[in-house]
Amino acid sequence: MGDAQADRVVPPTGFTAQLTLFSAAAMAFLAVFALALSLATGRLADRWGDELARSSTVRISAPEGQLAAQTDAALKLLNSTRGVASARALDKDQQRALLEPWFGPDLPIETLPIPQLIEVIEEDEGFDPQGLRLRLSAEVPGAVLDDHTRWRRPLADAAGRLRLLGWLSLLLIGGATAAMITLAANAALAANAQVISVLRLVGARDGYIARAFVRRFTLRALTGAAVGMVLGYAAIFLLPSAQAEGGFLTGLGFQGWHWIWPLLIPLLAATVAFAATRAAAIKTLKDMP
Amino acid sequence: MIELENVAYSYGGGELLSDVSLQLQPGSFHFLTGPSGAGKTTLLKLCYGALLPTAGDVRLFGTDVRGMDRDDIAMTRRRIGVVHQDCQFLDHLSVSDNIALPLMVSGRDLLTEGANLKELTNWVGLKARAEARPPELSGGERQRAALARAIIMSPDMVLADEPTGNVDWDMSQRLLRLLVELNRMGKTIMIATHDLALIRAAKAQVQARVLRISNRRLHFAGADL
Repeated sequence: MGDAQADRVVPPTGFTAQLTLFSAAAMAFLAVFALALSLATGRLADRWGDELARSSTVRISAPEGQLAAQTDAALKLLNSTRGVASARALDKDQQRALLEPWFGPDLPIETLPIPQLIEVIEEDEGFDPQGLRLRLSAEVPGAVLDDHTRWRRPLADAAGRLRLLGWLSLLLIGGATAAMITLAANAALAANAQVISVLRLVGARDGYIARAFVRRFTLRALTGAAVGMVLGYAAIFLLPSAQAEGGFLTGLGFQGWHWIWPLLIPLLAATVAFAATRAAAIKTLKDMP
Repeated sequence: MIELENVAYSYGGGELLSDVSLQLQPGSFHFLTGPSGAGKTTLLKLCYGALLPTAGDVRLFGTDVRGMDRDDIAMTRRRIGVVHQDCQFLDHLSVSDNIALPLMVSGRDLLTEGANLKELTNWVGLKARAEARPPELSGGERQRAALARAIIMSPDMVLADEPTGNVDWDMSQRLLRLLVELNRMGKTIMIATHDLALIRAAKAQVQARVLRISNRRLHFAGADL
């Protein structure tokens, strides 16, 4: 990449080399996690949005003798409602399974006054919840429609904000990388003022001098970021795999083709380093007598 | 090729040079002398565009230096070889690479220039020291390496600032012979020195013009030198 001969004219050692390598590696490592967070929360937001938007629940509370009749009436009404794909009453085992996390496996559900739940699956265009509520209140007095809007929206909003936070973190990581590489490049340019003076004496153009520094910092950023990316990959790979019990935390990682995304991080780091060093070099050389 | 017309140069509120006019014609040989601090180095820097005059005009190969940008100055420097008193090397490179530095920065292929580089290194007597680092060289070796670097691009002109300042008499004679030989090849030479013995020795070998700076002005020195 670039002019390898130009690279030789700048002394090869110095603390800026280690500083750039370390910064790029650390930032790439963090970037892998920020990317994983963004992608995982994106998946979560999509899943919650999709699943919850397509399903609703009808809860029927009625005296023991009327529960079955009201359930039948509600199912009949739901099945004739436009926008409802299917409706089914949960049986005792399914209701017990829902309550199990709170009350344990041996809950005598038959002896408890538990309302009957009906799961409603919507068609793509959905139904009119207000109209359905009015019909239910008229025909099935003990039925209450819960279309999940109340708690779906905050969850989807939270997941969306987490995704945004992940992308914002990536932007901040990119900005911080640019700032650190600019500082390191400025330090290197200042430390090599004598070298620059000699190069100008023998007829070097400022573009040539700038390229020597840009090439070096770009390669360092690329190398450091590649190391950080590999470490980030390893850390993500070692996370526990996604399980229903673990919820969101165990799903923090990459799935499918998302594993390819981190490969872009070293290239982005090199691009940021290229732009930052070039800007720093041009400004410094312009200001030098 | 290099003209200074009524040039003045001030620094830090004080005037170092005043009303200096000078023409360096192709193939000419000049000595620039005067006491330490008289402004010899300043005048040399004006001649290769490292400094801009505060008054008057400097023309390098026909172009007013004030109208030149950084790239123009860089291109002009490739036509003017400069030998500094302190040589100014890149210590992390070998002597050979330092001599080749003007070739590198001008984008020439070092492989195709390899024969010229070896020949030049041999000509200045540094063949055995080509792979050494500059700090390992003696004063005379450093001056010869600096001279080799100054002429590797086959410039039209060589400006040398006290090239014999840190070497013994024999070495200064050797360096002088190299500069006289370059002048015979058609190069314009200007040497800033306060070494009058060197000037007398040179005048026996070449037709040299001697300039003296005193009281901020440039004078042509008399035959007493």
